Amino acid sequence: MARAAVQRRLTWLRARLTDNLPASTRVRRLVFDVDGWPGHLPGQHVDVRLTAEDGYTAQRSYSIASPPEDPRLHLLVEDLPGGEVSPYLTEEMQAGDDLELRGPIGGYFVWSAAADAATPADRRRPVQLVAGGAGVSPFLAMLDHARRAGDPTPVRLLYSARTADDVLGGDLLGPGATVTLTRGAPPDWTGPTGRVDGALLQEHAFPPDARPRVFVCGPTVFVETVATTLVDLGHSPSAIRLERFGGTGDPA
Amino acid sequence: MALVSRGFGRRRSATTDDRLPPGQYDTGDQFPVLSAGPTPRTPLAEWDLVVRGEVAAPQTWTWEEFRELPRESVSVDIHCVTKWSKFDTRWEGVSVDTLLADAGVEGSYVVAFSDGGYTTNLPLDDVTGGRAWVVDTYDGQPLAPEHGGPARLLVPHLYFWKSAKWVRGLSVRPRNEPGFWETFGYHDRGDPWREQRYSGD
Ligand SMILES: Cc1cc2nc3c(=O)[nH]c(=O)nc-3n(C[C@H](O)[C@H](O)[C@H](O)COP(=O)(O)OP(=O)(O)OC[C@H]3O[C@@H](n4cnc5c(N)ncnc54)[C@H](O)[C@@H]3O)c2cc1C
Repeated sequence: MARAAVQRRLTWLRARLTDNLPASTRVRRLVFDVDGWPGHLPGQHVDVRLTAEDGYTAQRSYSIASPPEDPRLHLLVEDLPGGEVSPYLTEEMQAGDDLELRGPIGGYFVWSAAADAATPADRRRPVQLVAGGAGVSPFLAMLDHARRAGDPTPVRLLYSARTADDVLGGDLLGPGATVTLTRGAPPDWTGPTGRVDGALLQEHAFPPDARPRVFVCGPTVFVETVATTLVDLGHSPSAIRLERFGGTGDPA
Repeated sequence: MALVSRGFGRRRSATTDDRLPPGQYDTGDQFPVLSAGPTPRTPLAEWDLVVRGEVAAPQTWTWEEFRELPRESVSVDIHCVTKWSKFDTRWEGVSVDTLLADAGVEGSYVVAFSDGGYTTNLPLDDVTGGRAWVVDTYDGQPLAPEHGGPARLLVPHLYFWKSAKWVRGLSVRPRNEPGFWETFGYHDRGDPWREQRYSGD
């Protein structure tokens, strides 16, 4: 993408919460109106800043879950008990409240149908998305954008969620998506269960010889494990892009 | 004038540590991992380190030759742009001054380049004068691949993305040219004490 587009100065913008909706058992969908939002590409994130009465501030990053076509910015925030920022965003913030954010940030973890349009459809490399938990958020922006743009690029999503009630995205997931449940499945579950490993990737993801562009997003350990497995399966390291959300259990 | 978030208050322990740059928190015993792609694994037999670009005499060291260079131990605080800092990290390696000593440097900038294609740009002044190292040992142990092993650049006074993991060389340049994250809107220099996270900060 054009460097000029990302080298713009990032200023703090005032964002007004218009909706705080349940998205799954532990995730809320926060919808913002942002004054002067410059637009974004699917996959980019924002930094959110909270300021206390005493001047203390905390900043966190959140992937943008909405496509560029949506004038409002959607974030999918997992409520982490004991966390400093996520419980505030999910439990305290109400429609009409303001916060500061800046972005869009990150031009690497991006897939956009618009950027693909220059390549003839039959020469486009397929796109493989691999998500752990709330890590599906940037992929929902990508899928929504691709659908609205009528992008013919073949795309698959392999998405690991704890239980059926944790699955985000609804009908955006579509026929190219495979959900695997890691903490128990309902009796009528027909999809796979268990963590994303070599076998699941071989069965449900594009094979290395299809030369997919691969995006992996989720908790740090998930991303690390999946990236290593993909390389072991023969995917080119240069075709794999990673976004780590952090979280406990980081390798020491 | 910052916008106050009604009802928001500090939940983390009030570390008013003067070693903590603005916006950072102390990650304690953890050592988070961050990189844009998978961890490359280059066998040591194929590894080398080079100094090239605007130099009178390009330099190359094999792994064994690199291990023979004069070594230094450093204990420093490190600061990641994703907001964690880690105090008193202990490393061993070779000073960049040593690596550049015989090269005859003719430019004022360097681009560090790595296995996997990662690059980052630095003014020469930020990697010389005892301020930067190529390290292969962390906390007395060989540097783990996920932390940049076999060797990474260490530039502790700048945000940690400047400390290129899996480093394979330094290219001396006449002009400043943005590296990987710098092209994607991250700050050109990345001084944590000035909170230079993104372009324009
Ligand atoms: C690029 C990017 C995109 C992201 N996108 C999303 C998203 O779309 N949705 C989402 O839900 N999350 C996302 N995250 C994660 C998000 O930024 C926050 O980390 C998350 O919401 C937790 O913040 P918190 O303040 O609630 O928890 P914190 O208070 O930060 O605690 C969470 C964990 O951080 C560590 N930690 C924090 N503070 C300390 C401290 N003082 N001492 C020691 N350890 C500490 C601990 O491991 C702790 O368990 C993203 C992260 C990144 C980097």
